[in-house]
Amino acid sequence: MTDTLQPETSPVTRTLPRGHITADVLKDAGITFVIALLLFGSIVGLRTDTVNGVLVLIPQFGKALALATAVAVGRLLLDVFIWRRMTDGRTFASLIPSALPVLKVAGAVGVTFGLALYSIPGFRASLVAGAGSGHPALGAITDLITFACESTFLVIAAMSIVRAARLVIGQTPDEAVGQGILRRFTADFGREFPIALLLIALALPMLTAGPSQRYAIDTATQILIYVMLGWGLNIVVGLAGLLDLGYVAFYAVGAYTYALISTQFGWSFWVCLPLAGFFAALWGITLGFPVLRLRGDYLAIVTMAFGEIIRIVLLNWQSLTGGPNGINRIPKLTFFGLPFERTGDGTFASVFGLKFDPLHRMVFLYYVILALALLTNFITLRLRRLPIGRAWEALREDEIACRSVGINTVTTKLTAFAIGAMFGGFAGSFFAARQGFISPESFTFMESALVLAIVVLGGLGSQLGVVIAAVILIGSAERFRDLEDFRMLIFGLSMVLVMIWRPRGLMSGRTPSAFLNARKNISGSFVKEGRG
Amino acid sequence: MKPLLTVRGVETYYGAIRALKGVDIDVFEGEIVTMIGSNGAGKTTLMNTVCGDPRARSGRIVFDGRDITAMPTHEIMRLSIAQSPEGRRIFPRMTVYENLLMGALLGPGDDASIKEDLATVFGLFPVLERRQGQRGGTLSGGEQQMLAIGRALMGRPKLLLLDEPSLGLAPLIVRQIFSVIRDLNRTQGLTVFLVEQNAFHALKLAHRGYVMVNGQITMSGPAAELLARDDIKAAYLEGGVHA
Repeated sequence: MTDTLQPETSPVTRTLPRGHITADVLKDAGITFVIALLLFGSIVGLRTDTVNGVLVLIPQFGKALALATAVAVGRLLLDVFIWRRMTDGRTFASLIPSALPVLKVAGAVGVTFGLALYSIPGFRASLVAGAGSGHPALGAITDLITFACESTFLVIAAMSIVRAARLVIGQTPDEAVGQGILRRFTADFGREFPIALLLIALALPMLTAGPSQRYAIDTATQILIYVMLGWGLNIVVGLAGLLDLGYVAFYAVGAYTYALISTQFGWSFWVCLPLAGFFAALWGITLGFPVLRLRGDYLAIVTMAFGEIIRIVLLNWQSLTGGPNGINRIPKLTFFGLPFERTGDGTFASVFGLKFDPLHRMVFLYYVILALALLTNFITLRLRRLPIGRAWEALREDEIACRSVGINTVTTKLTAFAIGAMFGGFAGSFFAARQGFISPESFTFMESALVLAIVVLGGLGSQLGVVIAAVILIGSAERFRDLEDFRMLIFGLSMVLVMIWRPRGLMSGRTPSAFLNARKNISGSFVKEGRG
Repeated sequence: MKPLLTVRGVETYYGAIRALKGVDIDVFEGEIVTMIGSNGAGKTTLMNTVCGDPRARSGRIVFDGRDITAMPTHEIMRLSIAQSPEGRRIFPRMTVYENLLMGALLGPGDDASIKEDLATVFGLFPVLERRQGQRGGTLSGGEQQMLAIGRALMGRPKLLLLDEPSLGLAPLIVRQIFSVIRDLNRTQGLTVFLVEQNAFHALKLAHRGYVMVNGQITMSGPAAELLARDDIKAAYLEGGVHA
């Protein structure tokens, strides 16, 4: 190709002497490094502390060196990519045209290898030793970096597996394969990323080990509850366009259904689960009827009131719900009849000949909520392709047009409320079975707002967006727990920033529910409607 | 000729305001009937009343031998009335193809007939076929109007209600759309009730016409006769011929 078509820029770049152009940049970075080292060396490198009442000096030169390196690298990157301080306005990349592909591959391999290394707890511990013991904010930041590195590595690994599997069965990405390793890797992102996420979710209990395992699985379970709630609410808000600020009411109905039935009648979780969904759906319809004529802000206010009514009833109906004391000793989930107990016959551990480990129960809970969430997703995706799902979306778009194509808007709205509420009820009964104790405190307006935030942040109607938003919002709230109230500040700030950068949510594209010829994704930039 | 739509003494209110003051119209099978009138005369209100939203407070509306005065909107539409509402009202975030599928909800619904109807619509408006994977909201105004009519036709209507299809469109596009309506009427015998402000084009297209002023029918008759009348020319055509 190169012997027939000479790139226009190559003669120019080839004839220019290399080296002295980057020398400026390198010199600049070097000076920055020295200054930073001087500053950090005195402030961070020599730390004074009192040990047993005696003032001691703790040298931390490694940390100072790391910080100075970070500053210098940052300066270098700014020079090259932002300020473009090249002698004649050319970019860094144009200086090394022949080496670029090699550099890119090396970079990709380096990043992956680095992430992998960083994901090994021992290695990481030596790298960030001491950092976590300082201010909680510092600990939270290193935690966050750890989390980001680990998850990036996991995603890259899982996507590689998916791609490899597709190549083995003879499928190639059908979108045009671009230039460059990153673009080639993400060529079929929309299809491969969800599968990669699913692989990670399935393998998660195996991926974690050691003391952090319990915490990781517990956090993941928490996140999945919100993913499920987000998917349920996505039917109401994302697909049908009915702004519901009282979704937590259905979550509460589901939770109390399981709690009451299991404590009063001793029915098992698997019997109560459909009942919880049924009752929540019934309440969804009950809420749906009075709000049929309402839209937008008015609907939001009434649904919010509905959520509060349910909570206040739970709080005051002492004889049934125990009021503010809640319901205690809710039977825990069993492995299809086999309890996760330390002692006794017929427990999960004894039947399978295992040593008792509280982890068994947690892993089982994790897989139960994963299965429930996937069921929610599966049903939603199926419904979207059926006339009812398309009617929901049409309802979101234009109610009058809906009527003019013969859609019964009453039943359409009610089914959206009912099915959305049903999944909320499922999640609620799981929540009750997991906690073993519920009280009205768990079902405040904040919860509704959080679930709605997940749906909006993810992008209305996007299933994948809900997952990403739930991981970010719930995951970061967990990670930043040390920061106490400040995390709400960060939470709010990040929401504002995301809404400025991506006003339609993280995943703003909409996949059409039907295709005539070729499947085609519509990018988010076409989301805004142009009239006329 | 058999009357397809009969409206007798219909009165419609918006709160205390009487928007329609006893309207009588007939639409016979195979006809194109137009209703002209100025802004706020009640044309759109009449069309919406036929569809049951808002509901007539008094009077009777009969379609194809059935009294539809008190029927819910979606059931009226399922009697094979298709409406292309004012302002087009396509589904902006859904693709052209999905929009057309929404229209097919009123039709027989099996894959074969949907395919057949799609081919018909794409034959009438070839631009829709080229744009079938595109979001409705990204179409131009004329294309959106074509989509709105196409969506209405997907339900194999006996009666097509068109509310101001010329609204905000270039004269060339208006002519194109009107010629499609004429063809549909001639080749397939489709009955059309057309509400228009563009009186000249509407009367040129239609067999018969009604003139509405302040919620009442003030004139009716064959379209050609109405077009020739001086008072109509003065009131709606302002003496000149609109392109």
